Amino acid sequence: MCGIAGLIHRGKSSNVGSELQGMLQALKHRGEDSTGYALYGDTDGKNFIMRFKVGENVGEGSSSVMEDVSVYDERKKIVDQTLAEMGAKIVKEERTLPYSLRYEIDYNVKDLLEFSQRIESIPGVEILSMGKSLEVIKDLGNAKMVCDRYSLDKVVGTHAIGHARMATESGVDIKSAHPFWGYPFSDVSVVHNGQLTNYWNNRRVLENKGMRFMSECDSELIAVYLAEKMRDGATLEEGMKASLTGLDGVFTYFVATKDSLGMAKDTMAAKPLVLYESDDLVAMGSEEIAIRSVLPQEIDTYDPFDGEVKVWQI
Amino acid sequence: MANLKTVSKKSKAQSMGMHTEVLTGRTQQKFFNPDEAENLYYFGTYDVDFNKRTELDVKDMTAPEANKEIDNLMSQGYGTIVIKNPQGKHSLGVGILNKLNLIFEGSLGYFGMGSCDGPIVRINGRVGWSCAENLMAGKVVIEKNAGSCFGAAIRGGDLICKGSVGARTGIDMKGGTIIIGGDAGAFTGFMMQRGRIIILGDVGINLGDSMYDGTIFVGGEIGSYGSDAVDAELTKSDQDWLKRKLKVAEIGENFDVSKMKKIVAGKKLWNYDNLEPTEKKGAI
Repeated sequence: MCGIAGLIHRGKSSNVGSELQGMLQALKHRGEDSTGYALYGDTDGKNFIMRFKVGENVGEGSSSVMEDVSVYDERKKIVDQTLAEMGAKIVKEERTLPYSLRYEIDYNVKDLLEFSQRIESIPGVEILSMGKSLEVIKDLGNAKMVCDRYSLDKVVGTHAIGHARMATESGVDIKSAHPFWGYPFSDVSVVHNGQLTNYWNNRRVLENKGMRFMSECDSELIAVYLAEKMRDGATLEEGMKASLTGLDGVFTYFVATKDSLGMAKDTMAAKPLVLYESDDLVAMGSEEIAIRSVLPQEIDTYDPFDGEVKVWQI
Repeated sequence: MANLKTVSKKSKAQSMGMHTEVLTGRTQQKFFNPDEAENLYYFGTYDVDFNKRTELDVKDMTAPEANKEIDNLMSQGYGTIVIKNPQGKHSLGVGILNKLNLIFEGSLGYFGMGSCDGPIVRINGRVGWSCAENLMAGKVVIEKNAGSCFGAAIRGGDLICKGSVGARTGIDMKGGTIIIGGDAGAFTGFMMQRGRIIILGDVGINLGDSMYDGTIFVGGEIGSYGSDAVDAELTKSDQDWLKRKLKVAEIGENFDVSKMKKIVAGKKLWNYDNLEPTEKKGAI
């Protein structure tokens, strides 16, 4: 089933980590195999923040293979060497969990394609997000468990999107969890509720064009699809509108960039979405109770219609 | 095989011997004999007094707890219940098979007022997906917007949304009336089998797709027609009915119904004249 939620504050920052946690926890009955956050925090914008993993969570319910922590250490060492070779300086390093790391990197290159390819050529290493504001945090368990594990409730920023996942099409693991980074674009992330039926056709076409897939989760296609459109010069909104016909199946998805948040709904309107919009806040989720966790008072909400695309700026 | 050319007076199904049901069967005699009026009431329903009013704050209750408390209040004879702080909770007010005046001061989540038979409900807020699904009788009025699958499979009663609704409104409906004050999304009236839908605003693509029967009236623009949906003549009788219905529904009373479009099924199913249980009750 899966549930998605997102919010954007316009003209101010807020405790988006805590707010998104409340929204996703309200949707936990839609799936708690894994939960993911894409948080756009307040930063000075100088350094890249790279969230990456060197292994999988092999806890209860995971479909991943157990590995020794020493393997993670070895992979981390190779990542550090590779960064040094590319002239990227690690400014700050956090290792929240043995398999999950956060680096702040001083790296003055706009095109992240080569950078990402070098890092991800290391077996077992995947970049979860790369950006100057975006941080993707995803792990097994419900929203509160992931929030507590990564201390996300203190994150202050302008906007965020998240996903509560019931695994149906692929494994219970971090690589198949949402949000997906819009590789190789800085600060682009996507969450999706639904099922894409032309995944393999699109994947073959996009891979032939040099795009990369890390999982076999159909939702990853949206991030890669939009990234390819943007690489060819389309704006985010143009890419999203193209996706209404380019992607087949049922879907409601959110996409976020450094300064915007968008939603798209398929032409059959088969997947739910409830939306609240005011001058200073837009909040949306698969169910109204997600919005109510942020706005408990009586509010006016609505369901966007079929084939609708909307984008908001901070 | 029956000669289908000589069956104009009876339905084809009856002539073929495939439709022999009449309203004198054992089941009908037992449950729908007017001399046994008490049998028309559901087990577990209550005699309530509409003048006996109370309030129920469900802020800290789960949906099952709230629904159980509504049932408890009805058992005490309360005929008017005001629900405070529903806060978008799912499945509130489901399964009420009782005469009741129920007012929600706020919005409901999914499946609100599902499987009900009899209550008069006013929701001063919005409703999520599948509001009033399987409604048998009664009236449900929503003051704001509604989600998708509004009035799915209803069999009777009036379901009124003063705002706009999502996709698949009236999907699989088998009776009753749905009235929308604003716009409606895609696949409105999808596979509807009986009943009427009135939309004062615009409606999305595939209107009345695969509809078996029933009638859809649209005041605004139509995105596109679905398979089997065709235009029909809007008669004087239709206009009179629309005026009456909109007046009773307290919605669009001054709306010019003469400009509305009427959409019906372009195909007629040959074995499609069985009565629904509620219609059998009405026949008696």
